[in-house]
Amino acid sequence: MHNKTLVELSQALHQHECSSVELTRYFLERINNAQLNSFITVATDIALAQAQVADDRLAQGDTGVLTGIPLAHKDLFCTLGVKTSCGSKMLDNFIAPYNATVVEKCHAAGMVMLGKTNMDEFAMGSSNETSFYGPVKNPWDIQTVPGGSSGGSATAVAARLSPVATATDTGGSIRQPAALCGITGLKPTYGLVSRYGMIAFASSLDQGGPMGQSAEDVALLLNVMAGFDKRDSTSVNHPQEDYSTHLADSISGLKIGLPKEFFGTGLNANVGKVLETALSELEQAGATLHDIHLPNTHLAVPAYYIIAPAECSSNLSRYDGVRFGHRCENPEDLLDLYTRSRGEGFGAEVKRRIMIGTYALSAGYYDAYYLKAQQIRRLIRNDFTDAFKEVDVILGPTSPTTAFKIGEKIDDPVSMYLSDINTISVNLAGLPGLSIPAGFVNHLPVGLHLIGNYFSEARLLNIAHQYQQRTDWHRQIPPDFV
Amino acid sequence: MSLSIESVEKIANLARISLSKQDIPLYTHHLSDILSFVDQMNSVDTSDIIPMAHPLDAVAWLRADVVSETNQRDHFQTLAPQVDAGLYVVPKVIE
Repeated sequence: MHNKTLVELSQALHQHECSSVELTRYFLERINNAQLNSFITVATDIALAQAQVADDRLAQGDTGVLTGIPLAHKDLFCTLGVKTSCGSKMLDNFIAPYNATVVEKCHAAGMVMLGKTNMDEFAMGSSNETSFYGPVKNPWDIQTVPGGSSGGSATAVAARLSPVATATDTGGSIRQPAALCGITGLKPTYGLVSRYGMIAFASSLDQGGPMGQSAEDVALLLNVMAGFDKRDSTSVNHPQEDYSTHLADSISGLKIGLPKEFFGTGLNANVGKVLETALSELEQAGATLHDIHLPNTHLAVPAYYIIAPAECSSNLSRYDGVRFGHRCENPEDLLDLYTRSRGEGFGAEVKRRIMIGTYALSAGYYDAYYLKAQQIRRLIRNDFTDAFKEVDVILGPTSPTTAFKIGEKIDDPVSMYLSDINTISVNLAGLPGLSIPAGFVNHLPVGLHLIGNYFSEARLLNIAHQYQQRTDWHRQIPPDFV
Repeated sequence: MSLSIESVEKIANLARISLSKQDIPLYTHHLSDILSFVDQMNSVDTSDIIPMAHPLDAVAWLRADVVSETNQRDHFQTLAPQVDAGLYVVPKVIE
């Protein structure tokens, strides 16, 4: 059951070979038996009730492709009546009073919410180790990290605890964990998926997106997630597309750009070999390879670590211990209430980023840091604009290495930040990016990163699907979860 | 870029975050590391570049000034640490 694609599960449901309640029970049991810490909240009762509604709809002839299909939501999407913690002690007691647009859309499509997945605190991390609820383990090797911040969603899909999952990506938080866990993850164009009800980290970078076993599954979930939302002031009014329509198209004549900056000294040699094999596979499918340059790539991580903390310091000022969230015991005065509630409620990485942002935005430093970072942001966007005059897509490694050991980088923030060296520039430019499994190094998955021009999600999924028709890396399951 | 202990205490105060005394040296070390790292930005001259705030250069759209939400005060206040008679309660501000 857990090996089936969404299309196969959908057929089984519509042909009444199994019910949504049976399917939901099956995945809930897998969740309960797994020891990965993928979930913060398992919503057993709600899931079974939603599955019963889905079964009633199916019995009445509902034709929705995803009706009755279970999914997991990253614990950053607000869910009415179910705890939304964002991986933080600050929100350990927070029951959202409304649903995120993405949650509403999945619900309207008849999907069943299994629970809320673990994540780095406020999505700040690349290893899922900053979660208040403890680290998530990578199902391919439980000594290693699953990546982050969407480590819970990535492991839930990789270990087949959920057919698909929602996630978010501010600097690589969908693509890097997808790569490290051997699944398919898409970060859409900024503005394609509504941010309403997504707990804000860095608003000009945050973007929700789907995770699944394959490009085809991801396309089906994106069909549900994408769409203009007047409740999100940065939502883009882009015409609704069916992202599965072009999956079968040929990629003959596709021009793939290979930026030399992504294949430099930081790239693990064995990861590089896996990519070479993948490239020859794509060439056999008719694609042509072209060397390109993205000359400002080395400035992306530094600029990001001003822009994202600056926006975070502003966004997270709402956690004041007054209206919701953690409040300290017996505050002496209002200042003590604010500082101690925040000091106790936030973990170390969140505090670091709030303080960097506060510093960068403070009087006398704004031009040197924030304005400078926004100027570099334009240089990075211009690099991509120039590249897309020459090539259709850009390809590289999602992460320069496979999954690293739990504890290896947690005491060295800058080293952790460099885990996202290949993904961050995409967020700064607002472009879509996709990670797909392309092989293994020492039994750990390697992710291949495709970057497209604005709103080219259908093309990226088409290329990924064509690659997945010729390879079976996306069908590999961690041995303990077969 | 190296920060002093005093600067970190000042930033923490501006950010309204209390730090325990024994943690401040480690925060000072980490924040200095991060700021040294971002100093790489100065390797490129950007004097002629217009800062970019939004990837698609989008502008906020406008809507009619009509009520679109219902009042859910009681529902929202169930989330609050302390309320009284519909008000959020905080320590006394004025003596």
